[in-house]
Amino acid sequence: MWEEAQTPGGSASAVFPGLLRRSEVGLGRVPETFAEVRGKLPCAFSNASRPVNRIVVTKAPTACWNRGSPLPRLSCGLRVGLTRRQDPDNRSLKDTMFARGLKRKCVGHEEDVEGALAGLKTVSSYSLQRQSLLDMSLVKLQLCHMLVEPNLCRSVLIANTVRQIQEEMTQDGTWRAVAPQAAGRAPLDRLVSTEILCRAAWEQEGACPAPGLGDGHTQGPVSDLCPVTSAQAPRHPQSSVWEMDGPRENRGSFHKSLDQIFETLETKNPSCMEELFSDVDSPYYDLDTVLTGMMGGARPGPCEGLEGLAPATPGPSASCKSDLGELDHVVEILVET
Amino acid sequence: MAESGGGNDIQWCFSQVKGAVDDDVAEADIISTVEFNHSGELLATGDKGGRVVIFQQEQENKIQSHSRGEYNVYSTFQSHEPEFDYLKSLEIEEKINKIRWLPQKNAAQFLLSTNDKTIKLWKISERDKRPEGYNLKEEDGRYRDPTTVTTLRVPVFRPMDLMVEASPRRIFANAHTYHINSISINSDYETYLSADDLRINLWHLEITDRSFNIVDIKPANMEELTEVITAAEFHPNSCNTFVYSSSKGTIRLCDMRASALCDRHSKLFEEPEDPSNRSFFSEIISSISDVKFSHSGRYMMTRDYLSVKIWDLNMENRPVETYQVHEYLRSKLCSLYENDCIFDKFECCWNGSDSVVMTGSYNNFFRMFDRNTKRDITLEASRENNKPRTVLKPRKVCASGKRKKDEISVDSLDFNKKILHTAWHPKENIIAVATTNNLYIFQDKVN
Repeated sequence: MWEEAQTPGGSASAVFPGLLRRSEVGLGRVPETFAEVRGKLPCAFSNASRPVNRIVVTKAPTACWNRGSPLPRLSCGLRVGLTRRQDPDNRSLKDTMFARGLKRKCVGHEEDVEGALAGLKTVSSYSLQRQSLLDMSLVKLQLCHMLVEPNLCRSVLIANTVRQIQEEMTQDGTWRAVAPQAAGRAPLDRLVSTEILCRAAWEQEGACPAPGLGDGHTQGPVSDLCPVTSAQAPRHPQSSVWEMDGPRENRGSFHKSLDQIFETLETKNPSCMEELFSDVDSPYYDLDTVLTGMMGGARPGPCEGLEGLAPATPGPSASCKSDLGELDHVVEILVET
Repeated sequence: MAESGGGNDIQWCFSQVKGAVDDDVAEADIISTVEFNHSGELLATGDKGGRVVIFQQEQENKIQSHSRGEYNVYSTFQSHEPEFDYLKSLEIEEKINKIRWLPQKNAAQFLLSTNDKTIKLWKISERDKRPEGYNLKEEDGRYRDPTTVTTLRVPVFRPMDLMVEASPRRIFANAHTYHINSISINSDYETYLSADDLRINLWHLEITDRSFNIVDIKPANMEELTEVITAAEFHPNSCNTFVYSSSKGTIRLCDMRASALCDRHSKLFEEPEDPSNRSFFSEIISSISDVKFSHSGRYMMTRDYLSVKIWDLNMENRPVETYQVHEYLRSKLCSLYENDCIFDKFECCWNGSDSVVMTGSYNNFFRMFDRNTKRDITLEASRENNKPRTVLKPRKVCASGKRKKDEISVDSLDFNKKILHTAWHPKENIIAVATTNNLYIFQDKVN
């Protein structure tokens, strides 16, 4: 089923040419950028009495994190997403959706859907609602990664919802129609991107459901791609939105702020990435086991599929940075919609 | 002693409210669990700041028999502290997820409290006497110079102001990779279970360095994860039986005699989906947030987002009773999904005689359903009717357009004011209802 659904929309690789390469570099800590940011935010769960800086420490003993690096732009942007309950910026969507449960049988809904989704004018209202529900779900999943302790139950429920929508859209054939305009994107990229939607958070806890697109594909988890591709995962259904926003000019500001974080990633030992995402049931706090794993016994589980995708070459950090610049603007758009 | 007449023949009156008055809620004061002990004399609350506050009921004043004893603070202690997991670079919240009392066996009280990762057994003991008259120590504890001692005396116990001490007796740690959502003490009073999102462990109260894993639903390939454990409880009478609920709306009953690992259920309780109500949110709202056995052990109650269901343990294919808590929200599911309210986990509870069930809702409303008369009532926990013995006025939410007087329209509901935790006294008609940071105690009107 998924083979047919693979659309030529290849925006991911077009915009992020280094997508696969990044995984090979072993940048396992990219998700932590968002966890790091969260520490700055007036998040619902910030606790003033906690002395702990939420910046995540790396597992590699020699790496040094740039603690306390200011991330003003990202912070402001993400705040919109994280204050979920009383979010004035989301009110437009809420107003649109308020009195409407999204039922499969509900067709002929006449209400106009405003703003960002106007680019999909030719699609019926039901599809628009369904699409916005999908977008909302994907944003929620991405925000899961930004939380230091993602709620597994919530993540699973949202992922299941995403899967349901995608299945229905595939059956309708609309999945194809909504695909991003950019051509030449390898089907593998798209599958990978949505598959790892929840990968980062769950791999941290040793758990990760694929939101549906993983069906029938046995490729291994691309764990370290997490925020990168999770940021771009919502992109493929709604690239028109982003096109409208004229994203390019915003890149530069992000690029600089994230640079400070990502330069510390250069010292990262790639092999310990696997251990980071390995299931640590027991011995849970056995430091010896962890360190042994870090040294050389790379566990084949999380990354073996990845090896199958492309030859593992240690990519330079420079290519990552350019990719990350594009990531920045994607994230910014995401959180500002 | 709870009346069989149930929730609607009882007139519920305001009794007390505990907590800060101001609207600005301190994060640490958010109440996260409420539990009466087995006699009902003690009422424990846990909050997001990791503290446990225990209230004790005053002995009934024989003269003033028109009201039952008030609950006053008995003990307060810090149960859990925030921790940092250095291996995963995650902060472990100190929020108390559940408190469960052990039945009282001696003068001291014991309870289990848990946060996301660690369970602790606390001993709460009273001290109302202290020894006085030591020969070698002064009253304030300083040592006397032995050469100044000229006479000897026998120390005696003298009364002192009551002091309640809480001390941690056992710490059960490092057994859960995921977040603990439930603990339940077995009817043998020697073992208990703790459940996280994917696993359930069996502990012995005396042994802290190991636990048995009895349920493990973690798939070998984590990509296939679609269902998590949401709650678990031991049967009140059968020490080999427990149930656990899932995010897909199923309840599994397991018998520990069948095998060491209870991955295969003995019974599976699941109601077929109503196709006319199917939507993209069907699965989310079917996720069970709480499961509670009746005191008799014959029934169990589950709470999902919109309803409360009573199941007969002998019938697996559908519940015997279903009560709609706030059906008017069904058309608002998309907005509730957007603001995350759809993921709120409401709890539910039985009264002492299993005739009435109670659960919370939004706008500080809570609902009671009388199983015998089939009547239900909606009440509000607010400070507006502050006088003790003021009878609570039933509330009503108007779903459709025409709003009658005294009704509240759905759009005016405050979704930030949610009652997730409620508890019912095991013997009397006294209920404890927790709003965000306040604890309300209501009693039935005693004539």
